Amino acid sequence: MEVDQMQRQCLDYTKSLFLEGFLDGQFVQLQQLQDENNHDFVVEVVSLFFEDSERLLNDLTFALDQKSIDFKKVDAHVHQLKGSSSSIGAQRVKNCCIEFRNFCEEQNIDACLSCLQQVKQEYCHVKNKLETLIRLEQQIVAAGGSIPTMEF
Amino acid sequence: MNLTNGKGSTSTVTSAAVSDQFPAGLRVLVVDDDPTCLMILEKMLRTCLYEVTKCNRAETALTLLRENKSGFDIVISDVHMPDMDGFKLLEHIGLEMDLPVIMMSADDGKSVVMKGVTHGACDYLIKPVRIEALRNIWQHVVRKRKNEWKDTEQSGSAEEGDRQPKASDEADYSSSANEGSWRNSKKRRDEEDEAEERDDTSTLKKPRVVWSVELHQQFVAAVDQLGIDKAVPKKILELMNVPGLTRENVASHLQKYRLYLRRLSGVSQHQNNLNSSFLGSQEGTFGTMSSINGIDLQTLAVAGQLPAQSLATLQAAGLGRSTAKSGVPMPLMDQRNLFSFENPRLRFGEGQQQHLSSSKPVNLLHGIPTNMEPKQLTNLHQSSQSLGGLNMRVNASATQGNPLLMQMAPSQPRGQMLSENTGPRVPRLPSSLGQPTVSNGISNGLLCRNGVAGNNRGTAYNPVPPSSLLNFPMNQPSEMSVNNSFPLGSTPGISSITTKGSFQEEVTSGIKGSGIFPSYDIFNELHHHKSHDWDMTNPGLTYNASQHANPLQGGNIDVSPSVLVHQGFSSNQQTGQSRDAALIGKAMFSVGECLEQDNLQNTGQHLNPLLVDNTIRVKAERIPDASSQSNLFPEHYGQEDLMSALLKQEGMGPAEIEYELDGYSLDNIRV
Repeated sequence: MEVDQMQRQCLDYTKSLFLEGFLDGQFVQLQQLQDENNHDFVVEVVSLFFEDSERLLNDLTFALDQKSIDFKKVDAHVHQLKGSSSSIGAQRVKNCCIEFRNFCEEQNIDACLSCLQQVKQEYCHVKNKLETLIRLEQQIVAAGGSIPTMEF
Repeated sequence: MNLTNGKGSTSTVTSAAVSDQFPAGLRVLVVDDDPTCLMILEKMLRTCLYEVTKCNRAETALTLLRENKSGFDIVISDVHMPDMDGFKLLEHIGLEMDLPVIMMSADDGKSVVMKGVTHGACDYLIKPVRIEALRNIWQHVVRKRKNEWKDTEQSGSAEEGDRQPKASDEADYSSSANEGSWRNSKKRRDEEDEAEERDDTSTLKKPRVVWSVELHQQFVAAVDQLGIDKAVPKKILELMNVPGLTRENVASHLQKYRLYLRRLSGVSQHQNNLNSSFLGSQEGTFGTMSSINGIDLQTLAVAGQLPAQSLATLQAAGLGRSTAKSGVPMPLMDQRNLFSFENPRLRFGEGQQQHLSSSKPVNLLHGIPTNMEPKQLTNLHQSSQSLGGLNMRVNASATQGNPLLMQMAPSQPRGQMLSENTGPRVPRLPSSLGQPTVSNGISNGLLCRNGVAGNNRGTAYNPVPPSSLLNFPMNQPSEMSVNNSFPLGSTPGISSITTKGSFQEEVTSGIKGSGIFPSYDIFNELHHHKSHDWDMTNPGLTYNASQHANPLQGGNIDVSPSVLVHQGFSSNQQTGQSRDAALIGKAMFSVGECLEQDNLQNTGQHLNPLLVDNTIRVKAERIPDASSQSNLFPEHYGQEDLMSALLKQEGMGPAEIEYELDGYSLDNIRV
């Protein structure tokens, strides 16, 4: 595939992610932060997000698995996940977290558990999407092209 | 460099650069436990051309700030953090370092934002943070400086000191307009005072009023008698009946004291600890303060405010101990108490040398530095940090009391320190120098005393040979080389000083990095190094002498002390104290400075690695070498200035020690 084509494909894919709500404007900010000096900024941040999120999700699962749930702790974890997902632009994950926090306040165990499932799913989705996107971008770069950025 | 007196190459360079391209080069410290956010923020801030240091733990951030009192211009912190609540951190910073703090959180609830406001945050950002929001954070820095400057102006006598140091360091960052005005006013003032040492930037040699423990006690007694509501400077002045004290001095001090009280009432937790310690001690029973341990004293001493003699006196008085010299740790403790006492507001509580008795944050230093500190701190940032940092460790709670300190700190213009000795020195000596010596002899003297007390921290410090370190006598240029512990007066008998050195280090953990030389927080440095081998420096290390060859030796003992301090650190550094990268940096600095140039170099180099490893904060870029040291040292200044101020009081360093003077200038004396 030619670089042009790849770039177009990449751009289309990115657009779709925005349209479907997986990503929001914050992701564009990240892309704009990337420059020649650090071509891998987005990749680095995204990887960091993955690591951190997985850890948080594990902690959440563990916390909600307890006989006596410490909602404060659960809330703290969710809050953090909300923060990191919003910083990266993972909109759906963030929205899930907001809902999750409400249920935490109400101390509604069932709702929390169900939210946890949802968050995990959303996280998996966005992870796949981002990985695909990164792959596309890396292909372009490997082919000598530059990553197309969207104007949001 | 234009501003600071030879604060160290780095600072010089930085400041020069900053002033021209402000706000580029603004030194930001970002604290957030979320690695993703942290990384993004760092990148954004870099894109804004700011100098970023990131850390993911509040404790680390505090350490960084304390060690490098003047190393940062602004702090951005997350609200929800696992090890410490963001608001708590905010308080600490406000008390100890008086830096503008921006809070941020994904939480945009009204109550949280309100909390930010009440705790004194200068702004609140909602996550996700956009780069546009970060572009303008420099306004907070300028605003703060401007206010401080104004206060200084109003306080009259106090200002000079403040402005100077401030100008030197901060000037870089402030808008050019500010800078210009600062400089001008400063220059004018400088000319009025003795302009020695003064570097182009700020060496302000105004005689500062050093709010010693006794003096503060008198002040508090007067205020109590009048009733806090009715206490007006004029009446307080009359009641106190202290010759030479002006209404402005009192007004400025009163302002700080009021803020301190307000803070106490506002911050329950902090205050509890502090209050008990401070208030308790107020009775004159420093015993309570004792928990503060010497560290505080040292801190105070470092601040330069505590003249060696006063320290000793304080100690004795406060704790009822025989003398400062009594036990190394003891003196410090007492002193601290004394100080903390004095500066109830000082942020000290927290910063107090945790090293020593960390129990009480007794921000002795914070409090005392009134003269020195405020100015220094303000100007430097660092000073406050260092001081504050000191206490912080000790008792988070206790420190609270030192709003005063904090305030004072700013006023302590580093320049003061510098001016005295540092003036000329500063430029040369990167932060390291500036810090310790500040006032000739005064600092030394103080250090010495304090050193003893403070050093007791018991850390691994090798108390620097008293003689060498303690240059009490204000002008003992030669003494200056105090070596590690304190270039301050080289009071031979002052073994305590050595301790101080260590103490200082601890105390000013943050100081280390203070690039601001002028404000030697010798104590800080010393403290920091405490773990280091103090011995390393030669007693006769007149840091200053070697380095700057100038003032320090000549008579601006001020420089020496700081220099020495640094040295001590440096040497200590090698011990592996990577504790404070700043220290290392400083040590390097000082080391280089004091010791033979070669020595320093070596040490510095040695330190460098330490530095780099040390903290995230230590951005290699920042403290890479001696130049960076200057950055480190500024912190020291705070301490040193205090010391000088204190020393001066004692009559040790006459003109030189002036830097502390305007400790109060920070406040708006408008009482």
